[in-house]
Amino acid sequence: MRYLKPVLNRRVLVAAVASTFAWAAGVTSAVAATPKDTLVLAFAFDDIITMDPAEVFEISGSEVVNNTYDRLVRLDLSDTSRLVNDIAKSWTISADGKTFSFEIKPGLKFASGNPLTAEDVAFSFQRAVILDKGPAFILGQFGFTKDNVKDKIKATGPLTLTLDVDKAYAPSFVLNCLSADVASVVDKKLLLSNEVAGDLGYAWLKTHYAGSGPLKLREWRANEVVALERNDNYYGTKAPLARVLYRHVKESSTQRLLLEKGDVDIARNLSPQDLAALAGNKDIISSSAPKGTVYYISLNQKNPNLAKPEVREALKWLLDYSAIGDTLIKNIGIIDQNFLPKGLLGASTAMPYKLDVDKAKALLVKAGLPNGFKVTIDMRTIQPVQGITESFQQTAKRAGIDVEIIPGDGKQVLTKYRARTHDMYIGQWGADYWDPHSNATFVQNSDNSDEAKAKPLAWRNAWVVPELDKMADAAVLERDTARRKKMYEDMQAEFRKTSPFIMLFQQVEVADARSNVVGFKLGPTFGSNYMFTVSKK
Amino acid sequence: MPAAAGQTKARRLRALRNAGRFLVIIVLTYLGLLAVTFFIGRVMPIDPVLVVLGDHASGDAVARVREEMGLNKPLWQQFYIYLGKVLQGDFGTSVLSSNPVMQDIRRAFPATLELATLGIIIGVGLGVPLGVWAAVRQGRWVDQIVRVMGLVGYSVPIFWLGLMGLVLFYAKLGWVGGPGRVDVTYEYTLANVSGLLLLDAAMANQWDAFANVLSHLILPASLLGYFSLAYISRMTRSFMLHELSQEYVVAARAKGLSEARIIWRHALRNAMVPLVTVITLSYAGLLEGSVLTETVFAWPGLGLYITNSLQNADMNAVLGGTIVVGSVFIGLNLLSDVLYKALDPRTRIR
Repeated sequence: MRYLKPVLNRRVLVAAVASTFAWAAGVTSAVAATPKDTLVLAFAFDDIITMDPAEVFEISGSEVVNNTYDRLVRLDLSDTSRLVNDIAKSWTISADGKTFSFEIKPGLKFASGNPLTAEDVAFSFQRAVILDKGPAFILGQFGFTKDNVKDKIKATGPLTLTLDVDKAYAPSFVLNCLSADVASVVDKKLLLSNEVAGDLGYAWLKTHYAGSGPLKLREWRANEVVALERNDNYYGTKAPLARVLYRHVKESSTQRLLLEKGDVDIARNLSPQDLAALAGNKDIISSSAPKGTVYYISLNQKNPNLAKPEVREALKWLLDYSAIGDTLIKNIGIIDQNFLPKGLLGASTAMPYKLDVDKAKALLVKAGLPNGFKVTIDMRTIQPVQGITESFQQTAKRAGIDVEIIPGDGKQVLTKYRARTHDMYIGQWGADYWDPHSNATFVQNSDNSDEAKAKPLAWRNAWVVPELDKMADAAVLERDTARRKKMYEDMQAEFRKTSPFIMLFQQVEVADARSNVVGFKLGPTFGSNYMFTVSKK
Repeated sequence: MPAAAGQTKARRLRALRNAGRFLVIIVLTYLGLLAVTFFIGRVMPIDPVLVVLGDHASGDAVARVREEMGLNKPLWQQFYIYLGKVLQGDFGTSVLSSNPVMQDIRRAFPATLELATLGIIIGVGLGVPLGVWAAVRQGRWVDQIVRVMGLVGYSVPIFWLGLMGLVLFYAKLGWVGGPGRVDVTYEYTLANVSGLLLLDAAMANQWDAFANVLSHLILPASLLGYFSLAYISRMTRSFMLHELSQEYVVAARAKGLSEARIIWRHALRNAMVPLVTVITLSYAGLLEGSVLTETVFAWPGLGLYITNSLQNADMNAVLGGTIVVGSVFIGLNLLSDVLYKALDPRTRIR
């Protein structure tokens, strides 16, 4: 070792390594815990594209808006078939069912200090319709357009406001839509003072805040952090914690490590494997809630084999629902063979289908395809979708149907689906607002041409079903709740028999929290996960 | 002296011509980079309007936004418009964050820069001596160890190694900070001035924050350092073996120079010439942003930014990121050329 003596010999190496570890041990934080007045969540929110309620449509953005903005009415979390008043004090409906009049609670203020008046509410709705972004159709479907919205929605006094809808819709339908994110109330004065070239504050509000909710947005750094703070001007119970911090962590194992060490209080995107591993940990509590999202496999009716009614039914008998329910979607989904998720008016729990290869084979013979056929399915490469598709491929093979899986990235597969160039597709649909009409897209297809502007799910699979289409149109105008419920139940009965949709399961959202977190409850929609009721022991 | 004056003028003309040639190459490189990325982006089977409006929006809104984004124009026209804006310094707005693309990159790049720089320091600081040692002790156990380390570095997935590192050093032993650049407590107290948190903490004299940032940095940087170490040590060994077999080494030994002086002062100095190119290219590779490392360690860097933008067909962001990465490569290539000339006197003689 003569020639290495002055620079690099064994002793020096060992000393260097030892001192490195000693130093590293010294510089680490002594206690890996979150600050007492801050709720820290590990959450993958790379889907957020905006903080403007008139534009928000993705899952994570919806949660932020639900926690930071008020609206006229909100879902009652303890009984999701009911609505509770948020900033509305009371409301009445005219005899012809086309005019809704609201009275706003007095003395309310925005986080900016500006008073909250009926003019702000009217402005918020008008703005959403005029800007016409992704979720604008939720209000637009009542006949509001850029040209008429200022007459149809207006403030009639400092605390009163009227909405004139174009038809006598079911009142619950209108109110459910007013509980959606797009109907959030924004601060008119603040927005107009930040307006650029008449954009109603659009460019500014994408990354800023103009609300009155229990929490206010302090900062959004894309792919990094969303920081919320308690709003001291909120009219209701003030949030117990001063701050809520969402940390963007994409990888489930990383979220798990952070939760176990106490560097986050709640982990939101744990995989079934990580959830199972944490089940035995007494410092961690798991909570879950079913969501308004249903997963399905759909059959493009443009494919002549899939258009045969016997084939449509045969495929429904070729899924091992119980195995999927017990293993692949354990804890994260509930098998559901209908297009309305549990919790929505008219939801059905009927489950006529189970794995029955012989029945499927008999149906295929009737269809003139005794030896089966070849078909492809487009799938996102994520779990549990991938596992379910592979299971389906195996069971379909037993009846002679050769399913080829075409994997793809999320948006890529969706683009192909919207272009109707698929054979079969496995995907999901989330309700935009808590009303059954949001899922009527499964049966509505008024224009089946390739150039059609609207792309409801029935259109995407080239399924024309005028009877159910008309029933859906009528159900939205049915003002008697019990009758309306029956209409959806009848629709689903027919749908189960003849539709080209194999309904699979309803999604369940699961989150794990440290045991010192109190008051954390997941709601039925992706937005209604309220952080302003959470405190820490 | 007319001859000398003529020589100076000729040299100046040559230098100008070289500079001109260089500039043309740079411009063509950027143009090619942008053109290829742009057309790949437009040809990709992802509808950008889907990202802006979501899956449930009305057909009218979709048609309107398509028009607003200029997607109905012919491809070459879209590219021409984009180029025009770039020449004015407008790199467009990101669909995903609504910010100007360069503002987003200005936030994401320093995170990658900090990580890559510490990584390459570890890679070079350990890799070069290890490579020298392996070359000097060729065939002995040191050499075998370096070989195995190199093999592991090539074959083990960085994703897995990163997670194992977290499980061991963070979760079980608590020796290093967890995923993320800094503890949540410093979110409101450490001001992000340059984006290089070590620098920001040092300049603000917040030494507890400095220690915290370092504890978060050390594991992912060591990971990246290990992977570049694997390559650098192999190349060092290879170059050193070549140098040590040269005649001048025999001559130096015959003259009575000490082994240490021969290895470090002469052989390594000569091996450094090609090694510098290897090191700068490794550094450039790290600066691209390793998306897998950034995913595992929740590191908001360039890799994560470009990948997320690509998956959402946010082409302005992808193109902006491509320009930055391309600039880094061009810059580092230039640096390695300059260093090459500095280290090897033979290249300076015309």
